[in-house]
Amino acid sequence: MEAETVSIENSGYRIKHGLLSRITPLTKQEKLLEIRLPEGEYLDHDPGQFVQVSVFGVGEAPISICSSPTRREAFEICVRQAGRVTTAIHKLCEGDVVGIRGPFGVGFPVLPLEGNDILLVAGGLGIAPLRSLINYIIDNRRDFGKVDILLGCRNPESMLFSSEIGHWQKRIDLNFCCSVDHAAPEWAGNVGVITALIPGVNLYPLKTFVMVCGPPVMYRYVVDELLKKGIPERQIFLSLERHMKCGLGKCGHCQIEDIYCCQDGPVFSYQKLKHIRGAI
Amino acid sequence: MNQALLSKSRLADFVSYLVSGHKVVAPVPLQEGRFKFDEVQSLADISLNYIPTILPPKKYFMPQRSTLLRYDLSKGQDMEEMVELEKLVLFGVHTCDLAGIQCLNIVFSDRPKDLHYLARNNFITVIGLECSDYCDSFAGCAMLHNHLPKGGYDLFLTELAECYYVHINTQKGEEMIEEASIFEAATKAAEGELERLRSRKKELFTSEVPIRYQDIPRLFEETFDSDVWSQLGEKCLSCGNCTSVCPTCFCFDILDEPELDLGSGERVRVWDSCQNEAFAAVAGGDNFRKKRLERQRHRFHRKFKYLMDRYGRLFCTGCGRCSRSCMAGINLKRTISALIEERG
Ligand SMILES: Cc1cc2nc3c(=O)[nH]c(=O)nc-3n(C[C@H](O)[C@H](O)[C@H](O)COP(=O)(O)OP(=O)(O)OC[C@H]3O[C@@H](n4cnc5c(N)ncnc54)[C@H](O)[C@@H]3O)c2cc1C
Ligand code: SF4
Ligand code: FES
Repeated sequence: MEAETVSIENSGYRIKHGLLSRITPLTKQEKLLEIRLPEGEYLDHDPGQFVQVSVFGVGEAPISICSSPTRREAFEICVRQAGRVTTAIHKLCEGDVVGIRGPFGVGFPVLPLEGNDILLVAGGLGIAPLRSLINYIIDNRRDFGKVDILLGCRNPESMLFSSEIGHWQKRIDLNFCCSVDHAAPEWAGNVGVITALIPGVNLYPLKTFVMVCGPPVMYRYVVDELLKKGIPERQIFLSLERHMKCGLGKCGHCQIEDIYCCQDGPVFSYQKLKHIRGAI
Repeated sequence: MNQALLSKSRLADFVSYLVSGHKVVAPVPLQEGRFKFDEVQSLADISLNYIPTILPPKKYFMPQRSTLLRYDLSKGQDMEEMVELEKLVLFGVHTCDLAGIQCLNIVFSDRPKDLHYLARNNFITVIGLECSDYCDSFAGCAMLHNHLPKGGYDLFLTELAECYYVHINTQKGEEMIEEASIFEAATKAAEGELERLRSRKKELFTSEVPIRYQDIPRLFEETFDSDVWSQLGEKCLSCGNCTSVCPTCFCFDILDEPELDLGSGERVRVWDSCQNEAFAAVAGGDNFRKKRLERQRHRFHRKFKYLMDRYGRLFCTGCGRCSRSCMAGINLKRTISALIEERG
């Protein structure tokens, strides 16, 4: 009765083959990857969900899906080179294959937004999951009220999706405002932290839903500003980044109190998070 | 038939019967009064009188390293999902460890189910063994209501004066009993003896710390900012022994292990510990439990609060292993007592 290794089906760890159909460098550190699943399979995600992207021999990394689910034939991710797996992903070429698990988690609430005004607050790489929502909104623009987008980044050179942002700025149905931490004198936009932009946004608090994604340090300050504007706690949504290994609510890495960010989040309402110590 | 008797003189035959058809693992002695679960060939190998083994039976349900997938790059990121299976009989499991296995079952059966764990679980037969007295001063099983059997086994043996009283909990257990054909029908006298033993246990096992089971989560809720955590943080070495030996700690990491040719390899799951400093660190430099006190508090809260909120039961079994194995002398029962004292 020796131990035997048997194959099982439908393991949560099975990967799908994701063909890298297009790779676009965005900045020195970030690349946009367009991925196609075999036989044109639709990923079927919600804005704000993430996938585990794997390179066999190196490992997996949780990455937000940055394209809108309204685009069915392929999806996109924006990967910052941060360590082993993300470097391995950066070394891949068009035509190479990555492993995909997911989509995982609970994304931004889309249906409650219909008919309401939306304020999106993105810091740095936080624009990636929000871009999924923004393009979703653009594709269903009639269903939503006023849309404001606030973007913060370190400097103009680190701005992601800058050409796409150029198009957003030209649209009459989106209000876009950007602030950088540092810039050369010729920069025409705002300089300073993103929180400074919030007081200037013209909004009806009770009718506005806010979606926030950015580095952890940003959240406390952003939430304070939003509350000052009178936005109800249940209308503020934050996407939390945590160390995530399994994506299946088991490995414990992403745990905060009794919640698992990978399954219960990564997007949570502030109403829920304010009771959870260590969340923001 | 849900009960049977096994005369003491036939226990060796029962073990031989088990060994003849299965791999059997049971508590075996190590040096210095310590024990481990290991493969046995006969009753002579087994310590029937043992205190909790160094590692709990968790190691068979969720091994320190287990394969999730096998990949082959030469075939273009091809992979096959795997599980290593081995038919096992776990013999002589105490009630605290039965509770530990139940906790793991709950976690891995919760959706999304973990098929790797569940497949392995189906291959394991569990035979429990009742303790008639405390293992040692570290044990806290009565506080956690785990000193009496509450399921989680196929067969459960209680030692009486002349024989073992056997509770048959599953069809699998029943089939073993029939096949071994050395068991006798339970008698009224044996049942009376069992009842007396259990009521004696109720007197012997009194909650080791003055708190009721149902009040424990609130104690932890109310002492989140207690000084006790800073004191633990100062003592703790972050070695992770406590989480390795815990029967209900199930945190893991996922790693790729390439073969030497680098073209193929395995994606494996290995035990991880929330006590490791990098456990909750993310790119960009944030670490959500950077301080030792935060990690220790997280460990305790997982046992006594968070998983209770999630799964409706406490995830400490009272086995005492964490306290027994801590080099810094961090003691679970004393920690709870200190929290009670501080809260007043
Ligand atoms: C929900 C979610 C969405 C994300 N979306 C994006 C995205 O759209 N684009 C993007 O570039 N990055 C994203 N990240 C971050 C990305 O997952 C990490 O940069 C990546 O895991 C680092 O892996 P590595 O092997 O390259 O780094 P490593 O060499 O392993 O380590 C570098 C750093 O990354 C941290 N890290 C390692 N593994 C993980 C992990 N599994 N989860 C979180 N942090 C980890 C380490 O603690 C270390 O600080 C997201 C993370 C989460 C949790
Ligand atoms: S065994 Fe003791 S020293 Fe080691 S991590 Fe656990 S509490 Fe800290
Ligand atoms: S990533 Fe494993 S529990 Fe969330």
